[in-house]
Amino acid sequence: MIQDYTAELIRGYGALTGRMLRIMDENGVVQEPDLVPALQDEQWLELYKVMMLTRAADDKALQLQRQGRMLTYAPNTGQEAAQVGPAAAMGKNDWLVPAFRELGAWLHRGIDLKSVYLYWYGNEFGSHFPEGVKVLPIAVPIGTQLHHAVGIAMASNIKGEDDVTVAYIGDGGTSTGDFSEAVNFAGVFNAPVVFIVQNNQYAISVARGKQTKAVTMAQKAVAAGIPGILVDGNDLFAMYAATKEAVERARSGGGPTLIEAYTYRLGAHTTSDDPTKYREDSEVEEWKPRDPLRRMKAYLIRQGLWSEEQDAALYEQYGAYALDVFRQVEAEGEPKVEDLFKYTYKEMPAHIREQYEEYVQYLEGKVD
Amino acid sequence: MALMNLITTINHTLDLAMAQDERVVVFGEDVGVEGGVFRATVGLQEKYGDQRCFDTPLAESAIVGAAVGMAINGLRPVAEIQFSGFAYPAFNQIVSHVARLRNRTRGQRSLPMVIRMPHGGGIKALEHHSESLETFFGHIPGLKVVVPSTPYDAKGLLLAAIRDDDPVIFLEPSKLYRAFRQEVPEEDYTIPIGKAKVIKAGTDLTVVSWGAYVHEAVKAAELLQAEGIDAEVIDLRTISPLDRETVLESVKKTGRFAVVHEAAKSFGPGAELVALVNEGAFLHLEAPPTRLAGFDITIPLPRGEHHYFMDAQRMAAGLRKVAHF
Repeated sequence: MIQDYTAELIRGYGALTGRMLRIMDENGVVQEPDLVPALQDEQWLELYKVMMLTRAADDKALQLQRQGRMLTYAPNTGQEAAQVGPAAAMGKNDWLVPAFRELGAWLHRGIDLKSVYLYWYGNEFGSHFPEGVKVLPIAVPIGTQLHHAVGIAMASNIKGEDDVTVAYIGDGGTSTGDFSEAVNFAGVFNAPVVFIVQNNQYAISVARGKQTKAVTMAQKAVAAGIPGILVDGNDLFAMYAATKEAVERARSGGGPTLIEAYTYRLGAHTTSDDPTKYREDSEVEEWKPRDPLRRMKAYLIRQGLWSEEQDAALYEQYGAYALDVFRQVEAEGEPKVEDLFKYTYKEMPAHIREQYEEYVQYLEGKVD
Repeated sequence: MALMNLITTINHTLDLAMAQDERVVVFGEDVGVEGGVFRATVGLQEKYGDQRCFDTPLAESAIVGAAVGMAINGLRPVAEIQFSGFAYPAFNQIVSHVARLRNRTRGQRSLPMVIRMPHGGGIKALEHHSESLETFFGHIPGLKVVVPSTPYDAKGLLLAAIRDDDPVIFLEPSKLYRAFRQEVPEEDYTIPIGKAKVIKAGTDLTVVSWGAYVHEAVKAAELLQAEGIDAEVIDLRTISPLDRETVLESVKKTGRFAVVHEAAKSFGPGAELVALVNEGAFLHLEAPPTRLAGFDITIPLPRGEHHYFMDAQRMAAGLRKVAHF
């Protein structure tokens, strides 16, 4: 049986149409007025501010990493719309299941910047979020987190709750067995889950074209029998709209959706790699004008809500805030020895307690 | 002879193996264009083309499973797993097929393949980038498991691994990739898999280690030497099959034994070595055979990892107890 997807965006832009959903062009001019989501301009401004905070925090982290104060860091620059748009389109009680490059989504969903910095600073408490935040920790093994998202969504069905789960993965991750298994599972169990593939064109050095022969990542939904849609991932309006529709479909019993966010990683995979070894500078230059912040800024200025001066001032303000947060992390970020041991189990077993006590004894007796 | 670190030695050795034997193919994530995240395969695609050195999609199970097929069909694949903590998706292939095909076919088919991966920690890397998996692999009948501790050994062992008709898991201590350089001969040579090496002779205590910890163990032995304890340090080099003779001969001489490893203590490789010593040199022992090993905890994120990994001083403290028992 061929699925009949009646929702507006999927009908117009579904995986087999060969079209990409774009509402706002690269200059921030709305091209599809009928598709603009029903938010007030002030609300778009608030979302833009989250994108700006994401950018400023990213820039600060890179700067601190170069100073040797931050460890390895995975930058988000260029992908903010693909992160903030979906986060904003989720309902208050919905779950977010990240991969590892979704800073904008984390910040919007209630993870404080301090946690994020603490994680990249190398302290496990960076994955201990404020109570009530329904966001899973970063998942470094690629693709594994999608199963958790499906399970969370299945549990929502089983418990009769209407929470929706939004899960992230990258273009490289779609090559894993876990990706295919998770999308299939979600379809079979009609799980209320939305998969967002942040296609940033590179899995470390491996270009998107060498990751799959499929023309789009969105097509990968087709064989699983679930709706898929290709979206301009640098267009906040489009990312919000596509996610909103998918989340509402999931919440009303319509099952999973796969969204390909077509974007670009303007920076490195992590601070450990050098992108000049595997891509041309000219390619990066081509993508710079499509920067999601640049587009939203142009839109907001045209709407009379924002100015270049305000923009520069806010970036400065957020940068200073990020530095302040990082200084707190530096002051408090050394893990306590006990913490390395005490969270292995609910109760510390005798053999681990013995190892811990022996080590403490060693440290106390150690002459530096 | 040329001065090389471990990573340039791996690169040089793969180059040599590919030049000598056109059946050798090298692949994995970021292995082709970029030349590997650690640069182990740099220049190989340019030199041998993208049919013999290539990037794969991000899929460890497929990388190892495809290597099985290539080996069945006459190639000698050298597959790279980018970090040992990413090896788990490939475990099904490794346990169910890589290790078993020879036995399954009663010797008709074999798998001359190598799976290389970084090993161990201590480089302030992200989660899943610091694991020691030798116990997992060593437990599987049908696999050989090698851990070099020097560039010189790495070359000889890697060439031996590539030419071996059985599958070899080749664990490269990432902490040593750029830690030091050593004279490495340009010419071809192999070091037999399954042979340990006495690094420092001694009479009072036998210390067995491998990988990055070998260098700390030697430093610990030097600390003990100053106190009049003459430790013998053995670099195991191969986890499976174990060089029982070298270990037992040493223990019979010294009467005291300690094994030092990064992996967590419980059910780890040290337990196997202690059992070996108990079974093979029991009447020579003057102290309980001892494990100095990783805590039974998840390897901490970078900010706490220095508590997990042992330095020479902490090793010496543990070895001193065995010596004075």
